[in-house]
Amino acid sequence: MAEITLANLAHSYLPDPRTGDDFALKEMNHVWRDGEAYALLGSSGCGKSTLLNIISGLLRPSHGRVLFDGRDVTDAPTAERNIGQVFQFPVVYDTMTVRENLAFPLRNRRMPAAEIARLVQKVGAMIGMEAELDRKARGLTADAKQKISLGRGMVREDVNALLFDEPLTVIDPHMKWELRTQLKKLHQDFGHTMIYVTHDQTEALTFADKVVVMYDGRVVQIGTPQELFERPAHTFVGYFIGSPGMNLFDAQVAGRRARIDGASFDLPAPYVTGRGRVQVGVRPEFVRLATGGGGVPARIDRIEDVGRHRIVRLTVAGGEVSALVPEDGTLPADVDGIVFDPAGINVYEDDWRVAPSAGQEAA
Amino acid sequence: MNKTVNQKAWFLVLPVLVLVAFSAVIPLMTVVNYSVQDTFGNNVFFWNGLRWFQDMLESDRMWNALGRQVVFSSIILAIEVPLGVFVALNMPKRGFWASFCLVLMSLPLLIPWNVVGTIWQIFGRVDIGLLGHTLDAVGIDYNYTQGFIAAWATVIAMDVWHWTSLVALLAYAGLQSIPDAYYQAAKIDQASRWAVFRYIELPKMTGVLMIAILLRFMDSFMIYTEPFVVTGGGPGNATTFLSIDLVKMALGQFDLGPAAAFSLMYFLVIMAISWVFYTVMTNLDNRESRR
Ligand SMILES: Nc1ncnc2c1ncn2[C@@H]1O[C@H](COP(=O)(O)OP(=O)(O)O)[C@@H](O)[C@H]1O
Ligand SMILES: [Mg+2]
Repeated sequence: MAEITLANLAHSYLPDPRTGDDFALKEMNHVWRDGEAYALLGSSGCGKSTLLNIISGLLRPSHGRVLFDGRDVTDAPTAERNIGQVFQFPVVYDTMTVRENLAFPLRNRRMPAAEIARLVQKVGAMIGMEAELDRKARGLTADAKQKISLGRGMVREDVNALLFDEPLTVIDPHMKWELRTQLKKLHQDFGHTMIYVTHDQTEALTFADKVVVMYDGRVVQIGTPQELFERPAHTFVGYFIGSPGMNLFDAQVAGRRARIDGASFDLPAPYVTGRGRVQVGVRPEFVRLATGGGGVPARIDRIEDVGRHRIVRLTVAGGEVSALVPEDGTLPADVDGIVFDPAGINVYEDDWRVAPSAGQEAA
Repeated sequence: MNKTVNQKAWFLVLPVLVLVAFSAVIPLMTVVNYSVQDTFGNNVFFWNGLRWFQDMLESDRMWNALGRQVVFSSIILAIEVPLGVFVALNMPKRGFWASFCLVLMSLPLLIPWNVVGTIWQIFGRVDIGLLGHTLDAVGIDYNYTQGFIAAWATVIAMDVWHWTSLVALLAYAGLQSIPDAYYQAAKIDQASRWAVFRYIELPKMTGVLMIAILLRFMDSFMIYTEPFVVTGGGPGNATTFLSIDLVKMALGQFDLGPAAAFSLMYFLVIMAISWVFYTVMTNLDNRESRR
């Protein structure tokens, strides 16, 4: 088990990168703390696999260093780093049985046979394939093969870190939940440093203590699920996490006052903004419907019933906005605007969150 | 689906029947015809039963040629298959050099048999050939027209030079179909280079390798032009393989009857071995595609 440090790390697949767009990973400094379980969340193509492959040594970063417990491993081969990694698409050794597949990483490390047998039996039970241990891996279904891949990743107990690259994509939803529970249990039992890549926010939020959100080759926020929900550091986090995502309004902000589409209202704290594009972000949970001309002008387009609550879709200043209202209450007939719960207001400049001015937040 | 019966459909098969008849069946039947008759000349033939077949089966000459043939095919398979796989494993996977190697590898395959024979015939000559002269200069007694070993070594080297590319190209195609993820997983699992070959590369290559072996076997079993040009079957009968012996018998000595019987048996042997190969291959395929 190890603490993994990324120092000034950046990567470009091009031989001669010039602009920021040439980089699949933009420069980052980040420490993955020993024994913690992280979820790495981001839309497809944002550099998640690239980052994992750099940590495991399958890819050498074009810039910066990778350190394990302070030791520079940037040029160390994968085998030396002793890392477990599971890929998105199943990889099994066709000519071997399921048992031999699971034992393969242990055999390569020349473990005693008795120890191998014990670990294989254990992991066979974890992935629910005890009964099929002696079958040839060739000809198994895709999700059985993926369970084997997962098992091969989990079978070694002495790894420095476990990396999962969207491992449950091809597995059906029920089994997904079951396997995720097994992974969490594995983490509780052994305390490996774990990084679990996904583009599914529910998966990320249920798996990990810390969620790392990536966007366009950058880590844009690291935090608990609650922090990501309440204080998204980047408009992408607001939009990507939550269902539906955060509403964004172009606004003018001056101190404690904000104006959206001609209507002005008070902010919970004073903000100082620069010359960039200023936006106010409010999650649908904090949007209230208003009547009698008391808010930002809005028109209801439609109402969707999603079980526990209803989503009201409105048009504000030409853009679409969502609000969540409880299932039971009746909607007033004459809604003509929206107001915001002060607890849920965030201010953004050029997509990054602006912190309220220091010392006055409590006021 | 309802099928209607219409005997006129046979007419649709007729063109193929005619074609096959003229291209294969009729020529083959003339050979069959010769194999059961004898003649004292003047184009007068009389029935000879299975005598020629009996003679051929009892003749040392045919068994010796068959023996040489089997040894030759075994040796070139034993060299070309591992060597071809080795070459394929070491070829670049992508980029300019991959294309360059592919072109380079295909060159020997494009050269006609008799040209290959001529190239080696000159290459190996002690007086003017680069190979022959060099070997002679370093004191190795090399003369493919007189030495048994030298003749065999030349014929085998020539076949390896001409055909290893085929095995390499087929094996390369098999290797190219392996996704990168397999190699990545193997690194994570800390597999040795040998384990990667044994458990990832070899299983993915078995299909194409079977085809390569079948093609090389059939082709080498029928080899004629190249050794004929270089050694003419000599020294003595050292490199007289089946085809060379057959041509000697049919055209050299004009023993049409025995030669016909010989060629029919030759044909049957190749058919039988190819059939065994085919059966093994389809069984392998079935095993792979089952569930
Ligand atoms: N081998 C590669 N060569 C060139 N570009 C690549 C390669 N692998 C990934 N990329 C590019 O790098 C970016 C990040 O890819 P990736 O790390 O696979 O994203 P993710 O796993 O988040 O979907 C993408 O724009 C992708 O096109
Ligand atoms: Mg990916």
